[in-house]
Amino acid sequence: MGAGHAHVLYRDRMSPVHRLPPEVKIMAMVVFTIAVVATPREAFWAFGGYALLILLVAALARIGPGWLATRALIELPFVVFAFALPFLGRGERVHWLGLDLSVDGLYGCWNILAKGTLGVLASLLLAATTTMRDLLLGLDRLRCPQIVTQIATFMLRYLDVLVGEARRMRIARISRGDDPRFLWQLRGFAAGVGALFLRAFERGERVYLAMVARGYQGRMPDAWGGSGAATARHWLVAATVPLTATGMAAAAVVLG
Amino acid sequence: MDTLAMHISNGIINGPVAAVFAAFALAALALCVVRGRQDLDDRLAPMAGLVAAFIFAVQMLNFPIFTGAVSGHLLGGALAAILVGPWVGALCVAVVLIVQALVFGDGGVAMLGLNITNMAVLGTAVAYLLVALLLRLLPRTVSGLAVTAFVASVVSVLAASQGFVVQYWLGGTTDLGSGLAGLAGTMAGVHLLIGVGEGLITATTVVTVAKIRPDLVHALRGRTVASPGTPPVPAAGGAR
Repeated sequence: MGAGHAHVLYRDRMSPVHRLPPEVKIMAMVVFTIAVVATPREAFWAFGGYALLILLVAALARIGPGWLATRALIELPFVVFAFALPFLGRGERVHWLGLDLSVDGLYGCWNILAKGTLGVLASLLLAATTTMRDLLLGLDRLRCPQIVTQIATFMLRYLDVLVGEARRMRIARISRGDDPRFLWQLRGFAAGVGALFLRAFERGERVYLAMVARGYQGRMPDAWGGSGAATARHWLVAATVPLTATGMAAAAVVLG
Repeated sequence: MDTLAMHISNGIINGPVAAVFAAFALAALALCVVRGRQDLDDRLAPMAGLVAAFIFAVQMLNFPIFTGAVSGHLLGGALAAILVGPWVGALCVAVVLIVQALVFGDGGVAMLGLNITNMAVLGTAVAYLLVALLLRLLPRTVSGLAVTAFVASVVSVLAASQGFVVQYWLGGTTDLGSGLAGLAGTMAGVHLLIGVGEGLITATTVVTVAKIRPDLVHALRGRTVASPGTPPVPAAGGAR
């Protein structure tokens, strides 16, 4: 917990991508994703190009493709729906391996799989190269309203409080003779959830008051320091990836 | 199927519809920022953070329903609306969704507007309106509060799930034809179960907080809950 609230997905490396200011990376990732989504689904070559871009950035950031692939499995439950589409879709049908499939549904399935996977990979790259603290700093520098960054800051801070408090309560239950096993845990958890919330709040309130006593007024000190903010050169360097993607999307729209 | 539906990932809804909902979500959040600023004081700021953290943690618990293929998670709109009010509440849920999309790839970034509209705006607004209505109608007791929290959760989860159906009808990338009614039915059925789970958690949490620190429950401001049998509330600054 002492390590500056790094999250599980952060890969601590030294690389040009890690060193880029966070606001630049957030914008690059958002523009890239919009370009991917705007691409017509028939333009197969463009999706290959996007995948290549992702791999290039991953190599630059020294993030292994194996790590990316394992972490991308998170989207699996999200795309189960996609595999139902070839059966549910209407219009022209094709027969393949004895299955009666809809062409529109097949395209729909490909569309969701390709765009979903590329989006997940892009956000994984952002997560792997940016700490939570930097991410919030980046949002603040992108003129995100202070109330939003404030809620986000406390959310991340209190996640640790919540997890720690839950662990303490579980140990307290076990040491009093509770035997939490599989589903039986649920009952203890349900009974304790209100107490957990209150205990975490009272701890969190103390943290907040301690911060206020030390001069906190709604923004973290880094935000008004202004050092390390992106320069024109940073923006230019980082813009190469989303601009290439936008170019490919435009070409796909014009050619398709 | 259900997890996907609540956190819509890239490519499920077409670009123009996603853009329209992004504009709508942005406008709604801007209103929330303006109105929420007046609400956010020294007591609400840490509460908003904790509510967001709680929702974040709870959304990570995916409930398998029936089989592994259908799973869903809690939304937290009702909890946020009751504890921190509609404006800050919607912002809390939106912050959770933004961080999930940016960092965990949970729900596509380009679909953020759709997800925020369903879960943060629609879910919280429906819950808040119901809470405001039910707190007037039901007796001012602990069980009245529990019923309010439960009903608001169930209805807000259902409303959010049907928000996805409307969006799919407007701009789904694959034409399902009559399958759309099936989609609406499946979504409603699954979310009824999720709503019951969410309702139980919300009711337990809200009742515990209301019993011990009623000053923290935004929906109860200016109201008193008669609660015989609960210990007297310690004065502010008392034993911590």
